Amino acid sequence: MSVETINRTISIRGLVKEYKKGVPVLKGIDLDIQGEGITAIIGPSGTGKSTLIRCINRLIDPTAGQILFQGQDLAQLSGVPLREARRRIGMVFQEYNLVERLTVMENVLTGRLGYVSAFNAWLRRFPAADIEEAFVLLDAVGLGSFAYQRADGLSGGQRQRVGIARAIMQRPEILLADEPTSSLDPKTSVEIMEIMAAMAGKRGIPVIVNIHNVALAKRFCQRMIGMNGGQVVFNGTPAELTDEHLKTIYGGEDWLE
Amino acid sequence: MKNAPNTAPRLAFQPNWQARIGWIALALYVLWAMRSLDLTWTRFTIGIDNAAKFFDRLFPPNFAADNFEMIVTGLTESIQIAVIATVIGIALSLPIGVMAARNLMPAWVVWPARTLIAICRSFHEVVIAIIFVKAVGFGAVAGIGALVVGSIGFISKLFAEAIEEISPKQVEAVRASGAGFFGVLAYGVLPQVMSRFLGFASYQFDANLRHSTMIGIVGAGGIGGSLFAAFQRFDYDFVAAILLSIIALIVVAEIISGYVRALFSDNLALLDYFRQRDHAQSGREKSANIGAT
Repeated sequence: MSVETINRTISIRGLVKEYKKGVPVLKGIDLDIQGEGITAIIGPSGTGKSTLIRCINRLIDPTAGQILFQGQDLAQLSGVPLREARRRIGMVFQEYNLVERLTVMENVLTGRLGYVSAFNAWLRRFPAADIEEAFVLLDAVGLGSFAYQRADGLSGGQRQRVGIARAIMQRPEILLADEPTSSLDPKTSVEIMEIMAAMAGKRGIPVIVNIHNVALAKRFCQRMIGMNGGQVVFNGTPAELTDEHLKTIYGGEDWLE
Repeated sequence: MKNAPNTAPRLAFQPNWQARIGWIALALYVLWAMRSLDLTWTRFTIGIDNAAKFFDRLFPPNFAADNFEMIVTGLTESIQIAVIATVIGIALSLPIGVMAARNLMPAWVVWPARTLIAICRSFHEVVIAIIFVKAVGFGAVAGIGALVVGSIGFISKLFAEAIEEISPKQVEAVRASGAGFFGVLAYGVLPQVMSRFLGFASYQFDANLRHSTMIGIVGAGGIGGSLFAAFQRFDYDFVAAILLSIIALIVVAEIISGYVRALFSDNLALLDYFRQRDHAQSGREKSANIGAT
C-alpha cells in the first residue's frame, strides 16, 4: 500500500455528542479533513475540540452522526473492528499519557499492541523488525540512548517525544494530537511541532492537531479549523484567517493586539 | 436587630457537637463494658500475681534435643504451609482482584467477584481452619486451604482497590493504540499497580507465616499443634522455646520481605540495592560531619 493510493480524508457528518442528555457539546459537526499535511483545530477551552478528536478514535462515543474514513463509519464500530480501526489511528496527548513505570522502549512498543498477541506482549516478545523500528524512531526524536530508562524519569519535552514515537510506531494512517504542546515551554513546543511536521511530511501521515497557540498553528499547519460553541465557524488556510475570524472563534477582541 | 453590634468574640473554629457527642458516647460505652466484664483493679492485681508465677516458669526456655527436633519439624511444616498457601492464594487473587475492579469490568463481573471476596474475608483464619479440618481432616492440607482462602480475601480486595486508583490517562493511551483487553491490562494497568501488588503479597506472606504457626492449635498442621500440646501439659519452658523460635522466624521473614519489597518497588538489581544502602550510610556520615563542623 503506497501513500498515493490511500485516500486518508476524514468526512464528518452531523456529529453530535451529549455528555448530559439535551446538552450537546458538539452540535452537528459537518467537516472534511483532508488526508495530507497538518490540520489545526483552534477554539476556546470547553468548545468540544478534544471531544471531536476523541470521537474519531472512539475514546469517546458520539451520540449521533457519522465519521467516514476509508469507507468505514468509525462511529458505528465496536469490538474487534473498532480495535483494528484504532491501530491505524495514532494519538498524541496533552499530558503525554506515558505509562510511567514502563521503560521508554516498552512505551514505544505499546504502539504495536494492536498487532502483537496478548501472550507475546506479556512476555515482551515483539518482532525484531518492530524493535528495530522503535530504535530508529527513538533516534529520530533524539532519545536513542534513553530506551531502557523508565518514563517517569523524563522531562516534559522528552515525554512528548516518546509519545510521538509511540503513536508513529503504530504506522498510523492518520495522527491525532490533542493539545500536544500545551504543557510545554515555547521552545520545546516548536521542536515538538517540527517533529510532527517531519512525520507528516516524510511518512505522508496526515495530522489533526488541537492547539491553543494560534501563531504556532499558523506556522506549521496547511489548514485551520475554528470552533466555537460546538460548531465549526472557520475552515480555511492560515493565510485566510483574519482577526475578524479570530474574534468570531474566541469572542471579544481585547486579547488581540 | 440587624444593626445590633455583635459583642461576643468570634470563634476561629465552630464547635463540632456531633464529634463531642460521639466521644462522650464512646467513653460511656467503654465504662459500661468494663463494668459488665467485671474489669476492676482487684481483678487486675490477682491477674498480675498469677502472671508473675507463669513468667517465672517460662524461663529458662527448654531447648533440649528432642524438644528442638519437634520445634524444627513443626516450624518446617509451618513454613511449607505458609509458602504454598501464599503462592496459590496470590495466583488466585490476581484474576479475582482484576475482576473486582469497577473501572475495568462490567457490573455483572464485579459483583460476583466482590461477593466471593466478602465471603473469604468474613472469617478469621482460625475459623476457616476449623471448617477445613472438619471437612478434609487433620493436617497440613486443611491449613493450606484455610490460608489460601484468607489470602484471597485480603489480597484481591487490596489489589482491586489499587487498580481502581490508577491513572486513566495511561490506560487511555494504550487503548488508543488498538490494544485488546489483555494488552491494556499488561501495558496500561499492571505496570501501575505491580509494585503495590508485590507489597501486598509480601505482607500477606508475613501474615501467613504468623497464621501458619497458629492454625496448628485447631489441628491444621504446623508448629501450633506442639505449642498447644505444651500449654496443655503445663510444659511452660518448652512453650517459651517454641515462642522464641517463632519470634526468630518472623523477624527473619520480615527482613527478607523488606529486601524483596525494596527490590521490586525501586526496580533495582540486587547489587544496586546494597550499593544504595552504602550510599545512604555514607550520606548519613556526611551529615554527621557537617553537624560536627
